Amino acid sequence: MGSILVNGKAQEVEVPISLMDLIRANKVEQPEMVSIQVNGEFVNREDFNSTIINTNDEVDFLYFMGGGSRC
Amino acid sequence: MDFTEDQIHRYSRHILLQDVGVEGQEKISNGKVLIVGAGGLGAPVALYLAAAGVGTIGIIDGDVVDLSNLQRQVIHFTPDVNKAKVLSAKEKINQLNPDVKVITYYDLLTTANALEIIKDYDFIVDGTDNFPVKFLINDACIKAGKPFSHGGILRFDGQTMTILPGTACYRCVFHAPPPPNAVPTCSQAGVLGAIAGMLGTIQATEVLKYLTGVGDLLTNRLLTFNAKTMEFRTIKVKHNHRCQVCGDHPTITELVDYEQATCEIKSQH
Repeated sequence: MGSILVNGKAQEVEVPISLMDLIRANKVEQPEMVSIQVNGEFVNREDFNSTIINTNDEVDFLYFMGGGSRC
Repeated sequence: MDFTEDQIHRYSRHILLQDVGVEGQEKISNGKVLIVGAGGLGAPVALYLAAAGVGTIGIIDGDVVDLSNLQRQVIHFTPDVNKAKVLSAKEKINQLNPDVKVITYYDLLTTANALEIIKDYDFIVDGTDNFPVKFLINDACIKAGKPFSHGGILRFDGQTMTILPGTACYRCVFHAPPPPNAVPTCSQAGVLGAIAGMLGTIQATEVLKYLTGVGDLLTNRLLTFNAKTMEFRTIKVKHNHRCQVCGDHPTITELVDYEQATCEIKSQH
């Protein structure tokens, strides 16, 4: 087990873990709809499987948000 | 610009601020700001910018006021139902502050009119609810070298960032619009009315900071909050060198028309 930061909060996970498995573990409803940074760098969607997360890594899930007025 | 005695009185709480003063208030009064969307976000933005005395406020919105808007779009009142939102907003701004010149566009922002409309403004505020227009605002502002504020709200969540020429843009972070209907809009998923005010007032604050040059703008940072926990976060985001619009080798050189979710075209009834 290792400690990582997901959206600023500590999480204990079995490391190493692929980014895709971390997405599943965090119950991200639509992985194809989220923009992800690992240690401050954006990860291409096609690299979610091959990106490996280790202890002390920081992962940010950034979600699409609309709101406001139709225009 | 010489302020009248009434104006000195009206703006006295700004003028008292050491960082603003008469000089800062002059900058606000000379400012030209375009608000895209006179809805949940555009309403508080327009009211606060009008109160602040922003000299010219442009508002573009192609919709009319619906009863279901009044839960959060605080610039519109019950007698305004079925009135064009831009007209309703203009009336309130004029009552709040006759110093403000209001320019209305009863229209949708499109690839055909975006550059022509934004060219006259110092700062653009995104108060729209759909991704095609959010990307259109981003790309048009990048192309025209205009600063803008991105804002989004959904359910109990909000996010905003300020984009200046050269800083991380909306497309650096989100790349491309999600497929139509992939992400629910407020009209489909709901939104707590007051968070429109929380987010919109942050956007208005950024505009006033930009006009006066006070403080550090929310650039290269995405601010997010969740009203249930009332936790705020700022996530550092970097300018993406592979960004399709502002990267080293931009592939988007013309504004793009994305398909809209069809349910959105009939709006929130």
